[in-house]
Amino acid sequence: MIIEKQELENMANRCRINIIKMIHAAKAGHPGGSLSAIDLITGLYGTSLNFDVSNPNWEDRDRFIMSKGHASPAIYSILHEVGFLEESDFMSFRKLGSICQGHVDMKWTNGVDFSAGSLGMGLSFGLGCSFAAKLDDSDRKIWVMVGDGETQEGQLWEAIMAADFHNAGNLKMIIDRNRIQNDDFVSKQMEVGDLSNKLKSFGWEVMEINGHNMKEIIESIKWAEIDNGRPKAILANTVKGKGISFMENNPAFHGMAPNDEQLKIAMEELS
Amino acid sequence: MSSPSIYGASRDGYGNALLRLAVNPNVIVLEADLGKSTKSCHFRTEYPDRTISLGIAEQNMMLVAAGLASSGKIPFASTFAIFTERGFEQIRNGIARPGLNAHICGSHGGIHTGSDGSSAQSIEDLAIYRTLPNMTVIHPSDDLSAEELTMQLVNLDGPSYMRTIRNKVQRTYDEVTKENIIIGKGNVIFSGDDVAIVACGVMVSKSIEAAKILKEEGINATVIDMHTIKPLDIELIDTISIKCKCIVTAEDHSIIGGLGSAIAEHNSKTNLVPMEMIGVNDRFGESGDSEELFEIMKLTTVDIVNAAKASIARK
Repeated sequence: MIIEKQELENMANRCRINIIKMIHAAKAGHPGGSLSAIDLITGLYGTSLNFDVSNPNWEDRDRFIMSKGHASPAIYSILHEVGFLEESDFMSFRKLGSICQGHVDMKWTNGVDFSAGSLGMGLSFGLGCSFAAKLDDSDRKIWVMVGDGETQEGQLWEAIMAADFHNAGNLKMIIDRNRIQNDDFVSKQMEVGDLSNKLKSFGWEVMEINGHNMKEIIESIKWAEIDNGRPKAILANTVKGKGISFMENNPAFHGMAPNDEQLKIAMEELS
Repeated sequence: MSSPSIYGASRDGYGNALLRLAVNPNVIVLEADLGKSTKSCHFRTEYPDRTISLGIAEQNMMLVAAGLASSGKIPFASTFAIFTERGFEQIRNGIARPGLNAHICGSHGGIHTGSDGSSAQSIEDLAIYRTLPNMTVIHPSDDLSAEELTMQLVNLDGPSYMRTIRNKVQRTYDEVTKENIIIGKGNVIFSGDDVAIVACGVMVSKSIEAAKILKEEGINATVIDMHTIKPLDIELIDTISIKCKCIVTAEDHSIIGGLGSAIAEHNSKTNLVPMEMIGVNDRFGESGDSEELFEIMKLTTVDIVNAAKASIARK
């Protein structure tokens, strides 16, 4: 699937609308990190990711592992755009029996490659998928998205070190650097610092971009697609809550649903 | 030609099985710098391309196993039993919850591991893995049963945890009797009507010795190797509860949450017969020789004999 830049931007906007709608309906969820990640996710699904909606478990599909699984509304919104989910599916988000669980779960939702919810685990899982692809002599790609707060997890650095040692060139990590985590700003909780140089010192290649500029997103994905034997990271500077004025850069909307009035304002801003 | 050894360590059985499983190209071995100890090293020597070294980083290893399993591979990841516990939440959320076919082996389990001391003596592994939905939990009694049970894991639909031990013990099985081993089915080694001794791991051979002593005193004991702690062979537990009307459990594991607890949980709903539990009594271990430690922990053959008599007296 190759979609032009303007349409990708339109698609991301439709996703933003659905993200807010589903979180409002659920009265719970994580809008901030979904909105910061959605441009990157849209760019990836729209220009690179190889999958088959009619055969979700196609073994040679590219993998997209959403390690920051609380940003599930972003995933459900893009899975709706590409045809895995109906609107009624994501509007039942977080409700009993819904295929759209609170955190993305491969056992519940077609098109989801990882059961997330516990931070720091997705890159390790992706490394396992990376080994499997190489053992199968397949050129399928493994993409993993993590949050910047998530880089505080020690396991993530175990995986970063292992990916370097094992030359996991088919493994690509996107870091959603929105600078806010659950309780507060990352800088106040525990600043993660110069992630670019930290990753480079672990043997990774890094490209730093504006994670809301679709041109830069597309270029970085093209750069990361190339397997030169090195694991690659796209360090995407983003804004938590991007696209909705009162949510932008506001720690309160890490994990809080908009009320009826806020929903109205958000819909006006997005339309 | 020398006669077959009557001794074996279950970790050797695991290592032998991995080599035999190598005919399946999907079998992958994961190591965390303890391959020489867990005995996955033999597979590494023969099949380096299908052996993945992940360094001293158990949490990462568990999710690498999950990723491989999600891609159709059958990973066998091993480290010391105690260090698998470092990745418990990874096993819980990354492997058990999605029900992936990843197999964890924790070697050097129990007090029996000896002089390394309490930091290495996992006495809670069976309990914690037993709480996870989808998990099969296995603790073989010797090398031959460990090999046979590991061979069967490859056909299991779902994840497993197997505890092996470091030291050689008297074998429970031989080349013929090992054919009777099936995951999820307890093995009746002796059959008697007076008391049922249900054991796992190294305590099986001790229970066999205890049954011989009891026999000399006119007490006929049933001895069962309950190598699979989960799913528990409740059919067999029901049968022996009705037949013997009292039970002794024996495990090199905390009495909290292990084999004894599993049987007590079941029997509290069905057959309320007297039970005595031989196990580690809510304390940590220390350095020492295995048998010395078993003395102070009250995990000896004599302790099993006394527990059998106590349970009979409570009928």
